[in-house]
Amino acid sequence: MADSGSEDIAVIGNTDLTPSESENNLKNTMVEKGTSLLKKMEISVAEAEKRTGKNAVNMQETYTVYLIETRPVDAASEGTNPVPDSLWRRYSEFELLRNYLLVAYPFVVVPPLPEKRAEFVWHKLTADNMDPDFVERRRVGLENFLLRVASHPVLSNDKIFYSFLTEENGWKETVFETGFQAKADSRLKALNATFRVKNPDKRFAEMKHYGDELQSVISQLLRVRARAADRLYGVYKVHGNYGRVFSEWSAIEKEMGDGLQSAGHHMDAYAASVDDILEEEEHYADQLKEYLFYADAVRAVCRKHELTQFELEMAAQDLISKKQQREELATGTVRTFSLKGMTSKLFGQETPEQREAKLKMLETQIEEGEELVKERKTECNEYVKSAWVDIERFKEQKDHDLREALISYAIMQISMCKKGIQVWNNAKECFSKM
Amino acid sequence: MSDPVVDNAVPSGNSSVAIPTDISGQILDLDEDDDLEVFSKGTTLTEGSSFNASMQTSPASMINQYKFEEEDADTKDIFVTVDNPESIVTAIETYVTYRVMTKTTRSEFDASEFEVQRRYQDFLWLKGRLEEAHPTLIVHPLPEKFVMKGMVERFNEDFIETRRKALHRFLNRIAEHPIFSSTDDFKIFLTAESGELTSHKKQGPGFLSRMGETVKAVAASVRGVRNRPDEFTDMQEYVEAFTQKIGSLDKVSQRIVREKKEHLEELKESGPIYTLWSQSEEELAEPLKRMAGCLDSCCKETEEQVKELNDHLIPVLHEYVLCTETLKAVLRRRDNIQADFEAKTEALAMKKADRDAESKVLSLAWDSLVGRSPEEVKQQKQQKLKGEIKEMRVELDKMEDRLEWANNALKSDWTRWQKVMRTDLRSAFVDTAERNVNYYEKCLAVWESFLHSQRTEADGNGKVDCS
Repeated sequence: MADSGSEDIAVIGNTDLTPSESENNLKNTMVEKGTSLLKKMEISVAEAEKRTGKNAVNMQETYTVYLIETRPVDAASEGTNPVPDSLWRRYSEFELLRNYLLVAYPFVVVPPLPEKRAEFVWHKLTADNMDPDFVERRRVGLENFLLRVASHPVLSNDKIFYSFLTEENGWKETVFETGFQAKADSRLKALNATFRVKNPDKRFAEMKHYGDELQSVISQLLRVRARAADRLYGVYKVHGNYGRVFSEWSAIEKEMGDGLQSAGHHMDAYAASVDDILEEEEHYADQLKEYLFYADAVRAVCRKHELTQFELEMAAQDLISKKQQREELATGTVRTFSLKGMTSKLFGQETPEQREAKLKMLETQIEEGEELVKERKTECNEYVKSAWVDIERFKEQKDHDLREALISYAIMQISMCKKGIQVWNNAKECFSKM
Repeated sequence: MSDPVVDNAVPSGNSSVAIPTDISGQILDLDEDDDLEVFSKGTTLTEGSSFNASMQTSPASMINQYKFEEEDADTKDIFVTVDNPESIVTAIETYVTYRVMTKTTRSEFDASEFEVQRRYQDFLWLKGRLEEAHPTLIVHPLPEKFVMKGMVERFNEDFIETRRKALHRFLNRIAEHPIFSSTDDFKIFLTAESGELTSHKKQGPGFLSRMGETVKAVAASVRGVRNRPDEFTDMQEYVEAFTQKIGSLDKVSQRIVREKKEHLEELKESGPIYTLWSQSEEELAEPLKRMAGCLDSCCKETEEQVKELNDHLIPVLHEYVLCTETLKAVLRRRDNIQADFEAKTEALAMKKADRDAESKVLSLAWDSLVGRSPEEVKQQKQQKLKGEIKEMRVELDKMEDRLEWANNALKSDWTRWQKVMRTDLRSAFVDTAERNVNYYEKCLAVWESFLHSQRTEADGNGKVDCS
């Protein structure tokens, strides 16, 4: 892992970090880890816009498009600052890209997209996809997604990804031409493997279990956080009522009037401050959500391992049974009960020519079977190797990112406390002048 | 809570003068004579100890007395505490008594320290007596008799403690009041043994007389007042507005407490989730556990904050809500005194008109039928009227005095009340603000220690490039 010491110090020492700053820290970490792509190109999702058009069933629909801007790194440093290349993409295109990556690189923990629909909302936020706050948070999430892919040692080299960033027209066709959809494992196949695999790698089994736990715990956390945000909002906003009543009361008092009036203003300020506080908390929630969805990606990698392992086991099993059959045929002994054996007992032995033919077929099958087992074994081993590398990479990234998230939450709380201290000190001064 | 609206106050048992009223004048004739010897009109009493609510003292001297007492307010010479609630169980009932301790250097007290047991009823009695004797002075409210919302038991610890504090405040306000604190009733309340107090209580005006007072009061309030002085109208308007505002403040504060409690419930759930999470992690286990610890600490601080709001701010606001009832009653009583006076003035005017009018033909005709000469009848009538008018005049003078006294008393006490209110509410809000600052400071420390731990963690792990 690249030395990220300077980021750590910067974050902790400066307690006035805004969410965008801590976001920047994360991005800088990604950029400095330095894939060749990011060394060449700056990527951002700069804007979002509403469009209307006709959809597949020829009905009018409104949707949002996002502006992807790319800019060569050198140009910026030279100070010439040319106009960036840009193109517009819909959320569904991002989904298509991700689905492609999932199939093309099954051993990679593919970065997740921001949520499709707003979940874990508290009452102030709407679950409306068209809500400007939701769109803005989604824009940030999409940019994060692109940067994560661009900073991944394997994914960043993908051509489809590159053309996603650079070619507006015809990209969809290019993706479909890869035929990735056909290569996707069916859900059923994967499930079947999960149930029947005998010797999955222990580490993957543990990792899968970890993925389950992570998902469960983060879901709980997000639910509680949403309810707590609701309550906190209530507490702060009711103080606004103090402001109103103090102001009205000051009108009927002589000496107390001034103190009351100014205290009332501070109560209003206090009530208003909750909006910023909760917006920052929303950022923390987004960071948690990313890893909620990452948990799913991890589980997908583990499931793929189970599948390859299962297929190896099936091939090996098949080979064993074929070898057994050969042995029986060669030695004439029936080791295990088989219908064929019984019928030949009942209806007489085969002719030596028949036996010869059968043996020959079996030999071929065994040869093929051994090839298949060798292939699958290699596949499985390679998969285990590369998947585990990526899982290790993911673990390090997760530990770093989540620790940063906790730190930025603490910084947020500190800022909230400082604001509270200021407001109530001011109010206290006003009250004492009552 | 209906207050015993007594417009013709009979401060009997206080060894002060009873105003001749229609009802009680006959009953307390003897007392009246005795008292007249001691308290004659025009006497200015400068000794706080023997100063009682003498209705016959001139209003002017009354004001002077008031001011004198106020200047002395800084040198407190009486200290009262209410504590030690105890449950008393008898065959008939169960009730709570409180210990009332007094320390004083005042000469009218036989000793310098007293300790007595009092129950809520006794406080109620004292309040009633003070209100009867001084209908236009403002008595600090008592905590309510019953608690309506939430089925709080009378013997619930929190309820008793809240009540005890309110009783303590009540008694202290009475002790600080220049007039109330010098009344006999107050002295007896602080010093008498339970038996003594019971027999003293029985010396009030009879039940019937009190009934009569109430009826009269209702009649009076229906009558209404004609020429209310502007300042009292202003007071009324202020009281109406203040009632609204303090009521709102009370409600807002209670709502804040409710919301904070609900926030606390959610906060309490998050710590354990972080702990649970830490069990699945390796590198992250430590910061997650610390996070859980921080959240738990913040929960404790929030609980403390809510408790303090309930213990300090809410009771004070509530008391001033109750105050508004007292204020309204005081203004009503003053109005009634004025209404009575106006009615009497009218009656006198009518009687005079009677006297000046020509003799009525009809009555003369009757009288001549009965066999009396017109001149005789006329003379008799005039005599009768003259007598009645004289009586009415005397009474009217007394009522005028009473009205003037009541108005001045109210004006002075109003100023005093406003000062006290201002002090009480100011310190309540200042304290609340300060407690909130403390709360945030404590939470700030919690989170800063978290940050610090993460920095030292990073340093310790050697991840940091210390350059």
